[in-house]
Amino acid sequence: MIEIKNLHKKFDDKIALNGINLKIKQGSVLGILGPNGSGKTTLIKSILNIVIPDCGTIKIMGSKTLNNSNYLKNIGYLSQSAEFPQNLKVYQLFELMKSIRSQQNDQKYFIEMFKLNEFLHKKLNSLSGGTKQKINISLAFLFNPQIIILDEPTSGLDPISLIHLKKIIQREKEKGKTILVTSHIMSFIEEISDDILFLLEGSIFFKGKINEVKSKSITKEKSDNFITDFERAIINILKNKND
Amino acid sequence: MNRFGFFILFIIIIFSSKKLYSKNIKVCSTCEFKSLEMAIESSCNYDSIIVEKGIYKEFNIIISKPLTIFGKGTPTIDGNYRGEIFEITSENVTIEGFNIINVGESFKNDNAAIRIKNSKNVTIKNNFFENIFFGIYLEKSSFCKIYNNSVTGKATEELYSGNGIHLWHCKNILIENNIIKNVRDGIYLEFSNQCNVINNISQNNLRYGLHFMFSNDDTYRKNNFQNNGSGVAVMFSRNIEMLDNVFQENWGSASYGLLIKEINDSKITNNVFLKNTLGVNMEGSNRISFKGNDFIKNGWAIRVRGASYSNSIVKNNFINNTFDISYNGNINKNLLHKNYWSKYNGYDINKDGIGDLPHRPVSLFSYVVNKSPGAILLIRSLFALILDFSERAYPIFTPTYLIDNEPSINKSE
Amino acid sequence: MIKILSYCFYDITRGYWISIYLSFYLFLGFGLLFLNNDISSAIITLMNIVIYLVPFISLIFGLTYYYSSREFTELLLVQPLKRKTIVLGQFLGVSICLSLSLVFGLSIPFFLVGAYNIENIFDLFVLIVLGCFLTFIFTSISYIISIMNDNKIRGLGYSILIWLFLSVIYDGFLMSFLIYFEQYPLEKISLAFVLLNPIDLARTLMILNLDISALLGYTGALYKIYFGTFNGIIVSSIILFIWLLAPVILMLRIFKKKDF
Repeated sequence: MIEIKNLHKKFDDKIALNGINLKIKQGSVLGILGPNGSGKTTLIKSILNIVIPDCGTIKIMGSKTLNNSNYLKNIGYLSQSAEFPQNLKVYQLFELMKSIRSQQNDQKYFIEMFKLNEFLHKKLNSLSGGTKQKINISLAFLFNPQIIILDEPTSGLDPISLIHLKKIIQREKEKGKTILVTSHIMSFIEEISDDILFLLEGSIFFKGKINEVKSKSITKEKSDNFITDFERAIINILKNKND
Repeated sequence: MNRFGFFILFIIIIFSSKKLYSKNIKVCSTCEFKSLEMAIESSCNYDSIIVEKGIYKEFNIIISKPLTIFGKGTPTIDGNYRGEIFEITSENVTIEGFNIINVGESFKNDNAAIRIKNSKNVTIKNNFFENIFFGIYLEKSSFCKIYNNSVTGKATEELYSGNGIHLWHCKNILIENNIIKNVRDGIYLEFSNQCNVINNISQNNLRYGLHFMFSNDDTYRKNNFQNNGSGVAVMFSRNIEMLDNVFQENWGSASYGLLIKEINDSKITNNVFLKNTLGVNMEGSNRISFKGNDFIKNGWAIRVRGASYSNSIVKNNFINNTFDISYNGNINKNLLHKNYWSKYNGYDINKDGIGDLPHRPVSLFSYVVNKSPGAILLIRSLFALILDFSERAYPIFTPTYLIDNEPSINKSE
Repeated sequence: MIKILSYCFYDITRGYWISIYLSFYLFLGFGLLFLNNDISSAIITLMNIVIYLVPFISLIFGLTYYYSSREFTELLLVQPLKRKTIVLGQFLGVSICLSLSLVFGLSIPFFLVGAYNIENIFDLFVLIVLGCFLTFIFTSISYIISIMNDNKIRGLGYSILIWLFLSVIYDGFLMSFLIYFEQYPLEKISLAFVLLNPIDLARTLMILNLDISALLGYTGALYKIYFGTFNGIIVSSIILFIWLLAPVILMLRIFKKKDF
C-alpha cells in the first residue's frame, strides 16, 4: 500500500528524516509516535508530497509521489490546524473541495454528525476554532479515501468531537482503510492503532504490533495508577535505548 | 489770413505731387490690357492699375516706377513656379488685394513672391500669398509697410524652404496684422533696425516664428507665435523690446518659446509663455529685464546658459512649469524680485501679499539635470521629488544668490 | 486553475482591504479631477501616485494574502492538484483583484466627471495598463518573497526593502552614477539602467505618452531617438513583458520545491 525506501530529508542543517524504510499494509492503523522533532510530521508530509524529500522514494498504491499529484485522490489528510479562506461560506468551501476532487462524497453524513447545518451559510472567519476543526475532519474523510493521514487529530478538539472522531476512525477501519495517525496522547494511539512506529531523530527506532509492545513491558515494572501499560512500555523502550 | 495760408499750402502739396495727374488703368481678360506686365509697361508714374477678378499667369513682373496696383475682387497672379512674381525697385509702390501664388523654388536664388529692392515707402497690404518660396523679401529698403497679408508656404525641409517676410539691411519697416504659416522663418530680420512687428500671427513654421540677427532697436509686440519649430530667436542684437506677445506650444525636443543669444539691454514685458519646452533660453545676455510675463506650463520657464549678468526678473508669474529657472555657468548680479511662484511653499502671516520666506526657484533636481543632462531620465521619479524636498528644507547645492526674497503670494496682473 | 482562481477572487473581493484599495482610487480620482480642472495634469499627478503606490500595495497585499492562506494552501496541496495550478491560481486571483480595483478606481471618476478628449483617454488607458503590469510584476515578487520566507516579519522586511530599493535607492544610484561619470557618454548605459527597473520602466513609458516627453529629448540625442520613435516603445514594452514573465516563472520554480 505505502512503500518508503531510504527516505532522507534535511532542513537547513537539521536532519529530519534519516533513511526511513517502511512498508504499510492495507487495512492497518499505524500510530506514529516520537518526541517533538523526531520527524513524525516530516514523514507524513513526505508521503503527502508537501515536503519534498532529499532522496529516497515513496510509492503509494504503486505510484510514485514525486512530481505526481494524482495519487492524492486516494488520500485524506487532517492537518494539525485549519485555516480556510476567510470570506468563503462553509457550503462554498465544501463545493470547492467537491469540484476539485470530483469524487463521491459523504457530505451529509458529516454535516449531520458534527451538526454543521446551522453553519453552512456562515462565513468561515466567523467560526470558532472547534467548528473549523470539525470541518477539517469532515474534509479529510469526505471523499472516502483509501488512505487517511491524521496529524495530531486530537489537538483543539472538544471531548464530544473526540468521541465522534474515534467513531469515524472506527468506521473507516471497518471499511478496511489504511490509517496513519500521529498523536502525543498515547491512550488515543493505544485505543485505535494496530501497529506502532516509533521515530527518534529521524530514524525508525521501533516498529511493531501494539500487543507485542504491551506484553514486553508488563512484567518488569510495578504498577502506577497514572501510567497505563502502554505508556510504561514506551518508557521502557526509551530507557533501553539510552542504556 | 490763416485760412488762406492753408489753402496755399494745400495747392502746393497737391501740385507738387504728381499724383494729381495720375489716371487709372484697368486690367482684365476683356480689357485693353490683358496682362499686368503690359499695363505696368505702359503706365506713367503714380498711375493706379486696377486688376479685375481673374487668373493671371505672370512672373518676373518688374515695377520700376511709383505705382498703385490694386486687385479688385482678389485676382490671382499665378507664377506657375517659374521664378519671382513681383520685383519692386522703385519708391512709393503699393500692392493691394491680390492672391499671389506658386513661386518657383530654387536652390540658387531666393525667389520671392514680392521682392522690394533698394526702395522706400512701399506698401504691401491685403494680399494672400500661397505656395511661395520666400514671401515678401525686402532688401536695403526703408519706411515700408507690410500689413494685413496672409502668407502660407509649404515648407517641409529647412534647407529647401524660404521665409515668410524677410528683411535684409532694412530700416523703419512696419509689419502688422499678417498671418504667416508653414514657411521656414515666419518673419526674418537681418541687419534691420528700428522695425516694428505688431499683431502678427506666426504659426506652424519650420524654424522660428520670428528671427532677429544683428538687428538693433526693434520692437515687436502683440504677436502670437504658436507651434513653430521654435517661437522667436533674437541673436546678436541689442535694444529689442518684446511686449505683449504670446509664445505658445513650441513643443518639441529642441523647441523654445524665445531664444535670446548675445543680446544686451532689452526688455521682455507682459508676454505669455505657454506650454513651451523651454520658455526662454538665454545665452550670454546681459541687462535683460523680464517684467510682468506669465510663464505657464513650460518644461523650463527660463533657462540661462553661459555668462549672463545683471538681468532682472521682476513681477513675473511662474505657474506650473516643470522647472522654473535653471542655469549653467556663472550668473551674477541677477535680480529676482516679487515674482509669483506656484511652487512657493511659504506663507504670508501679515497678509501684505509678500511671502514671509524667500523662495529659491532653482530646484536641486534641475541643478543636477543641468550638471549632467542625462539625469533628466529621472524626471517625475520619487527620488527626484525627495531630492527637491530635502534641498528645500536644507539648501546646500542650489545657489544662494538665486533667490526671490519677496515672492508674491498672488499672481500679478 | 480556474477553480482556484475563482475561489481566490471570490474570497478577496468580499474582503475588507480590497474595498479600501478601490475606494482609495475612487477618492483620489474624484478629488484630483474636481480640484484640477486640467485633466492632463490630473493624469500626471495620478501617474506619480500610481507608479509608486501600485508596487507597494501589490507587495504588501500579495504577502499578506499568501501568509494568511498558507494553511489552506497546504490543504489544497494534498488534493489531486498540481502545485503549479495552485500557486498560479492564487497569484492570478490576487493580481486580477488588485488590477480590477485600479481599473475601476481610476476610470469610473474619469468617465463620470467627463470633460475629456481622446488624448486624455489614451493617457489614462496607458496609465491603467502600466498599473496592471506593475500589479502583476510586484504580486509575483511578493509571492517569491513569501514562498522563500516562512517568517512573516522577515518577508515584510524584504518586501519593503525591495520597494524602497526599486523606487528610490536605485534612482539614487543611477543619479550618482550619472553625475560621477558626467564626462563620459552614458546615454546607453543609463537607458539600460532604466529598462532594468520595472518602476523606472513604467515611469518612462508613461512619460513617453505624456507631453513632458519633450523634456527627455531636449538633453540627449539618444534619448530623443529612443523615446521619439516607435521602436523605443516596442523595446520597452517587450522588456516589460519579460518583467511580467520572469518573476512568475521563478515563482513557479520555487513553489515546486517548497516544503510546507
